[in-house]
Amino acid sequence: MATLVFLFIYAGVLVFAVGCVGRVVQYARAPIHLRWELYPVPHEAPERVTHGGSYFEQGDWWKKERRPNLAGELSFMIPEMLLLKGLWEYNRKLWYRSFPFHAGLYLLMGAAVLSTVGAVFGGSGLAGVLFAIARVCAWAGLALTTFGGVALFWRRLVDPELKNYTGLGDLLNVGGFAIACVLAIIGALSGSMPPLATLARALLTFDSTVRLPAATSAGLILGSVILGYIPYTHMAHFVAKYFTYHTIRWDDAPNNKQIAARVAEYLTYRPTWSAPHIGADGTKTWGEIATTNPPEKQAVRK
Amino acid sequence: MSEHVNMGDISRRDAEPITHLQKSELKPLPAGLGVGDGPAFTPLSVQVKERCECGLDGTCALNLPRPKSREEEEALVIKFLAGVEKLFSKENNWTFLQPLLLTMEHCTRCQTCSDACHIYEASGRNEVYRPLFRSEILRRLYFKYVKHGGLVSRWKHGDIELNWPMVARLAELAYRCNLCRRCAQTCPIGADNALVAHELRKVFSMEMGIAAKEIHDNGSMKQLKTGSSTGMNPAAVRDSVDFIDEEMSEKTGFDVHTPWDVEGADILLLHNAGEILAWPENPGAFAVILNAAGVSWTMSSELVAYDSINYGLWYDDAQFARVALKHAEAARKLKVKKIVIGECGHAHKALSVIADRILLGEMNIPRESSMTLLRDIVMSGKLKLDPSRNDFPITLHDPCNVVRLMGVVEPQREILRKIAPKFREMEPHGVNNYCCGGGSGFAIMSPNNFTDWRFQVSGRKKLEQVLNAFGDCLEPETPKYVCAPCSNCKGQMRDLFAYWNLWDKHQILYGGLVELIVNAMADVKPGFLEWEWH
Repeated sequence: MATLVFLFIYAGVLVFAVGCVGRVVQYARAPIHLRWELYPVPHEAPERVTHGGSYFEQGDWWKKERRPNLAGELSFMIPEMLLLKGLWEYNRKLWYRSFPFHAGLYLLMGAAVLSTVGAVFGGSGLAGVLFAIARVCAWAGLALTTFGGVALFWRRLVDPELKNYTGLGDLLNVGGFAIACVLAIIGALSGSMPPLATLARALLTFDSTVRLPAATSAGLILGSVILGYIPYTHMAHFVAKYFTYHTIRWDDAPNNKQIAARVAEYLTYRPTWSAPHIGADGTKTWGEIATTNPPEKQAVRK
Repeated sequence: MSEHVNMGDISRRDAEPITHLQKSELKPLPAGLGVGDGPAFTPLSVQVKERCECGLDGTCALNLPRPKSREEEEALVIKFLAGVEKLFSKENNWTFLQPLLLTMEHCTRCQTCSDACHIYEASGRNEVYRPLFRSEILRRLYFKYVKHGGLVSRWKHGDIELNWPMVARLAELAYRCNLCRRCAQTCPIGADNALVAHELRKVFSMEMGIAAKEIHDNGSMKQLKTGSSTGMNPAAVRDSVDFIDEEMSEKTGFDVHTPWDVEGADILLLHNAGEILAWPENPGAFAVILNAAGVSWTMSSELVAYDSINYGLWYDDAQFARVALKHAEAARKLKVKKIVIGECGHAHKALSVIADRILLGEMNIPRESSMTLLRDIVMSGKLKLDPSRNDFPITLHDPCNVVRLMGVVEPQREILRKIAPKFREMEPHGVNNYCCGGGSGFAIMSPNNFTDWRFQVSGRKKLEQVLNAFGDCLEPETPKYVCAPCSNCKGQMRDLFAYWNLWDKHQILYGGLVELIVNAMADVKPGFLEWEWH
């Protein structure tokens, strides 16, 4: 049984990693879009960021030096990533469900990392400390994820506002996490669960002699399936958020040589939009279309 | 709400609207504001109902003709689908592909955006106006037809029936969003439902040739053909401005002169040409201020360059690029140091932000907001100012395009704090402002009963904000001023205030920022603002 569980875990992690890389590549390779920023932009100068202002507030702004405000960006990003600050501000009801869920996942990830590091360090004193912290993280993570998962599931089920926008897939997404955690908790409470350190070392060395309770095995298998599935769903928003924030909402970079070179290439694309006023016959480039004026030509012909 | 609208209703084959907007369901206006319920909704005429697609909400913005046969319907659906596919190809839509993909793929449908939308709120939370309702339709089409999802995809993302009634309703629905992007501001993921409305408008315009007549035929097409959506050719616009100069000279006691086509001037000033016809005191006040401050400036009589509007911003990338390039080309020819954009919000964003990456090489002439130029002039001490001339309650409307979408927040406030002793903010304001309800072209759209929708629904939140801002002085004996430094916002306010009779009831006037500056200029004859004109 342990062999099967381990194979699921390895596969889940691998598929997850490949899926995440795929997502990053998909978005990173998309063309640079037209600017579409949204204020406030937290890397603006400190004196402007408080009211959501931009460098456009300065006369002759192009002559002024732009100082990157990393502290401003971090002061936005860290509370957003760790505490879901945006949700707290704009959708408190959801935050009470979503935050425990996400915090639980963070803690479970933390437990996994600490356990892996602990297993690498073997029987040292440091490993013991790491496993002790990991155990606390794992229990807290399981409890919070279960609570959050059930709360999100329930909201999806009963909130009339979500009725139009909830499919079976959405219910299984959040429900799946909760079920996996409940199974893991049942296994851990069964009395036959090996210590976390044993499990971590076994995973690292593919020691399939370790014996796992059936509930734990089921929970780990389900968790691994979900893990591998995440990047192929909207739940990969941890990847998406980098792009939606850094390359869209906060991308206020004025045109420069690098951007201009890429856009010059896009202007050679040949669009096929078929409305007559566009004048795209499949041979004209974006550059040609943008520099022609069909209405003026029509007027001259008349 | 008396009726629940399901996603499937968008594809209903009957011609009946899927929602019937009732006044009793709209968000009540706060008691004590003294505006009552407003006029009754005007029903669509029988002729329009017979001739046009009005199956969304009993309002008709596009006058989309009904197809004459099933074959015609099918051809239109095929065309629509081709447009949707093009939306997701880099050759056709490199301009917005990345943000659109991210919104399609990662929205969690958590509804955080709903509470941010003034239209959804004002409608009494009508499902059709929920920011996500529109996006969800495109999302389901995307997974089904662009990504060719099978059964599992439908299970994951939901299904939708694609037919002509759905397409027709979606065309109207694309014109029930002000594109203010307040929803996007609150999205924890960074998804952007306003972008979806924008992209849908592009499919209809760029693939199917369907757009609101006011912004396409009478908007960008007319501008590219005659030079301005007002229909003014270069000779007419110069005549009009000469006339304004004369009027302003008489009114202010200054020798007002607008320079034209001055090569090598520091500044090319771009006005929304609508100002010249509808609010001539605005370009006039600009001329007074710039001349008094000794600024080297010019206007251009080049085709298109004397009208800063760029309606393509709202619905069509090709039209957008054509106009933006004309503006930049005029500046290049005149060899000016910078372009300054007058009091027009969408022109600000269009030329300063959105066009930035397509202005390559020598076309990349610096663009600056008139808000910053005016702030620098006012703070420089070059104008002798007497704030007591503006001693009446003033509030500031933040045009979304200038503030939330461009980050020009403080300069106009610095000016007001200097020249308007009774300036007060409306709530919320700055980057959290609400749209006037006329954004994305609505301010110039008035087909059928669309105006009722514009003033009862999309403008409702702004009406409430304005009245609340003057809550301590609503009595008609106190004249009040809403400073709206944007032509489209002013157009919306003019009509909104008239619809709700705000002048007669409360003496609330709207206007621009430069008018207030000139009104405070000590060297100008007193009484620049004309209160009796509203």
